[in-house]
Amino acid sequence: MTDISPRTEPGDWATDQEVRWCPGCGDYSILTAMRMLMPELEVDRENTVFISGIGCAARFPYYMNTYGMHGIHGRAPAIATGLAMARPDLDIWVIGGDGDMMSIGGNHLIHALRRNVNINILLFNNMIYGLTKGQFSPTSEVGKVTKSSPMGSLDAPFNPVSVALGAEAAFVARTHDMDRHHMMDMFRRAHAHKGASIVEVFQNCNVFNDGAWEGITKKQNRDANLISLEQGQPIRFGADGEFGVVVDNGAAKVVSVADVGVEALLIHDEGKADPSTAFMLSRLSRGPFEPTPIGVFRAVERIEYATSSTSQLAMAHDDQGSGDLAALLRSRGTWQV
Amino acid sequence: MTDTAPRELPLQELDEVIIRFAGDSGDGMQLTGDQFTSISAALGNDLATLPEFPAEIRAPQGTLAGVSAFQVRISDFAITTPGDAPTVLVAMNPAALKAQLHNVIQGGAIIVNTDAFNERNLEKAGYEDNPLDDGSLDGYRTYPVPMSQITRDAVAEHGVKPRDAERSKNFFALGLISWMYTRPVEPTMEFINTKFRGKELVIKANEAAFHAGYNFGETAELFESHYEIKPASLPSGEYTNVNGNTALSWGCVAAGQLARLPIFLGSYPITPASDILHDLSALKNFGVRTFQAEDEIAAAASAVGAAFGGALAFTTTSGPGVALKGESLGLAVSLELPLIVIDIQRGGPSTGLPTKPEQADLMMAMYGRHSESPMPIVAPRSPADCFNAAIEACRIALRYRTPVMLLSDGYIATSSEPWLLPDVDSLPDIGVDFHTGFNGTNEDGEGIFLPYLRDPETLARPWAIPGTPDLMHRIGGIEKEDGSGNISYDPENHQKMVDLRAAKIAAIDVPDAEISGDADATFCMLGWGSTWGAIDAAVERLQKNGKKVAHVHLTHLNPLPKNLGDVLSTFDRVICPEMNDGQLVKLVRAKYLLDVRPVNKMNGVPFTTAEIESAALQAMEAS
Repeated sequence: MTDISPRTEPGDWATDQEVRWCPGCGDYSILTAMRMLMPELEVDRENTVFISGIGCAARFPYYMNTYGMHGIHGRAPAIATGLAMARPDLDIWVIGGDGDMMSIGGNHLIHALRRNVNINILLFNNMIYGLTKGQFSPTSEVGKVTKSSPMGSLDAPFNPVSVALGAEAAFVARTHDMDRHHMMDMFRRAHAHKGASIVEVFQNCNVFNDGAWEGITKKQNRDANLISLEQGQPIRFGADGEFGVVVDNGAAKVVSVADVGVEALLIHDEGKADPSTAFMLSRLSRGPFEPTPIGVFRAVERIEYATSSTSQLAMAHDDQGSGDLAALLRSRGTWQV
Repeated sequence: MTDTAPRELPLQELDEVIIRFAGDSGDGMQLTGDQFTSISAALGNDLATLPEFPAEIRAPQGTLAGVSAFQVRISDFAITTPGDAPTVLVAMNPAALKAQLHNVIQGGAIIVNTDAFNERNLEKAGYEDNPLDDGSLDGYRTYPVPMSQITRDAVAEHGVKPRDAERSKNFFALGLISWMYTRPVEPTMEFINTKFRGKELVIKANEAAFHAGYNFGETAELFESHYEIKPASLPSGEYTNVNGNTALSWGCVAAGQLARLPIFLGSYPITPASDILHDLSALKNFGVRTFQAEDEIAAAASAVGAAFGGALAFTTTSGPGVALKGESLGLAVSLELPLIVIDIQRGGPSTGLPTKPEQADLMMAMYGRHSESPMPIVAPRSPADCFNAAIEACRIALRYRTPVMLLSDGYIATSSEPWLLPDVDSLPDIGVDFHTGFNGTNEDGEGIFLPYLRDPETLARPWAIPGTPDLMHRIGGIEKEDGSGNISYDPENHQKMVDLRAAKIAAIDVPDAEISGDADATFCMLGWGSTWGAIDAAVERLQKNGKKVAHVHLTHLNPLPKNLGDVLSTFDRVICPEMNDGQLVKLVRAKYLLDVRPVNKMNGVPFTTAEIESAALQAMEAS
């Protein structure tokens, strides 16, 4: 009973197009993770669609041998919503960067999340505008010096996980481009979730914001600064699990386990109906210089949008029968001449 | 008269009447006008309506800003417009009188609700003296009727609260007008019972008010006669009364059936297009999926996504929305996917006049996207024609895989006319096949799919939808290599693609322009869209006065009919009435180097027949 070969190999998901990201870009490892995951998902290439907006990340569809659309800046969630409604049978992935999704497309992102359209959104967050060559983005830190902010950016950044939770997202996760297995885990979970799922991927732009996430994603910093959220487990981290997270006065807080005891630690529950704890966790870190959670923040069931739309169509069909055009034209009364 | 016997009033025959109901926006004037229209339609009159309402839902009561009006013209002959000037004005308050009086023909009848002419309302309307007493209505036949009081008295016995009682006064007015024009009572009783089902008190009150109005006409010694308008001799068949937005909605549904495709509508509410969203949302049993998006951009973008998935995709809006959709439409041009954009034009710029019509989005439809981004344009000429225009827009979109702009406007969107129902079995098949197999081979002789390999006849690219095995492909807004669709920045390829996109639209099969009126005239009027009715009526008048005049009316504005240049060049003088500052004129002049003269109007009110007649006479004299 071994060796039932998967329907596809990772190579089947690659196109003949040359990948044109800068050498060393974090996007390469995300692409690899995706191509490796696909055979595992037991899905067909023709039923898979990648939709993107504009930006470096948005070139992703060209490199996946599936159906795909490289759309316009920020609108990928809206394009994908139309496709998901018209074709609930498809597996739809939406790929975008922090500029695409949080800035010009922020409106579409939050509405896709609140509607719970069945799409998997991957937000490649590198905290900079790459394709336009290095302006500050809506996730850049205050004071960021760039070509468009020579004296430092004035804008307070968005925290994508907080935004997603505030937008009623039912599945919210976070991962980073230095850990392929964790990425694959998160993408797999996002795919399995029926409804809108969003995964923030900390991604390195080695040209315009190199090392922006190093404080937490570099191997030697992970123990101290990456908190892996595990369902049903106390939230703890550190080389020997010596640190943990508690809720204190309505906020999540990092503590020493020795000081508080294991039983005082917050048990991670991604399935909580109330998003408050997930939100607290999203606020734990102010930036990539202190302990930051990755993993699934929230995974709850909510009715999926296209499913609801389809059931309304079915109900209307049951109530009124199949649409009769001749009868429709007569529905407001007629007379004979 | 001193006896109490029922009065025997003479019944006078009229060939037409133009009635304008005017009151506060909360007075139910649209309902009253609609119902009078329905009764008259059922009697076989030809008719045309012109609703007119403020952009505010409930503007301050009693003010000029809050006046809502509904004009209906009924006739015993075929008509194409709701008429230039009402012959009868029903004014429910001083503001309505003040706002509408200037429209009424000299000698016309004015029926006023005298109870509303109190000091407060007169002041709100800006009257210093009561116009009912100061002679300002000399030259009109004025019929003062205490409508509020009689309505209150009539409904009192049903136990309606005094505060609510007056709300039935529009039915009093409807009853009175129904008596004046010998309309039957029964259809309105049925209407009241259907419309207000479950609200017994309201039904009783409205019925009582209607009868009170009807009886008042008969018994009050105020009217010298009542009138009859015989049925019009229209082509025989089954008719319904339809406004443009409803006809458009039905046309979209019909197109879905004729193309055997599910319908997707991405829309964001905007006046005066929202009714299409409402209508289509209620037709889910036809497989219509509607999506009320977060904004105009998402409405268009979602339609692009649905089209990619194989739906017949629409987005509906008005001018400001088209401005926001521009980038998505450019994407649709580049992706070469079928998509229908419906623009119910309204006054602008910016918010402009949301409830008033203009035809000033033509240039935006032609050129309102960056770079060379050609898009076909179709414009219906009348409310009922919206049905055909929707099907034609879909036919073009599907056959040529292109976004298509349908330009209606606030005038025909809300106006209604009798429509001889088509035989649905005789409507054209506009279906196209999805692409399902390879259309090329690679160097190794293996089958491949080339998403931009064009049909040599139509230049349309194959439409292969997700889910089709082996045809996985990526499309996008970046310039694509001809054939393969791969990203290409090659200079020659871009030139070729620009040329191909232009050639595809230029070669769309549109019917030749036809001349109505006198084909051998030396003078011609060129029109497009909703000016058809007024131009057509003006042609008829001019012909009656012995003038020779031709009329060419365009449904297709891009591409223009292939014969248009030849047709227009046979005339010594061509004028072009448009509700804009000369947009079609510019296109036609640029394309054909013909000296077509503009006749423009942009005051938010459709052209009257008289205005066009007079412009034509002036142009004829000048030449």
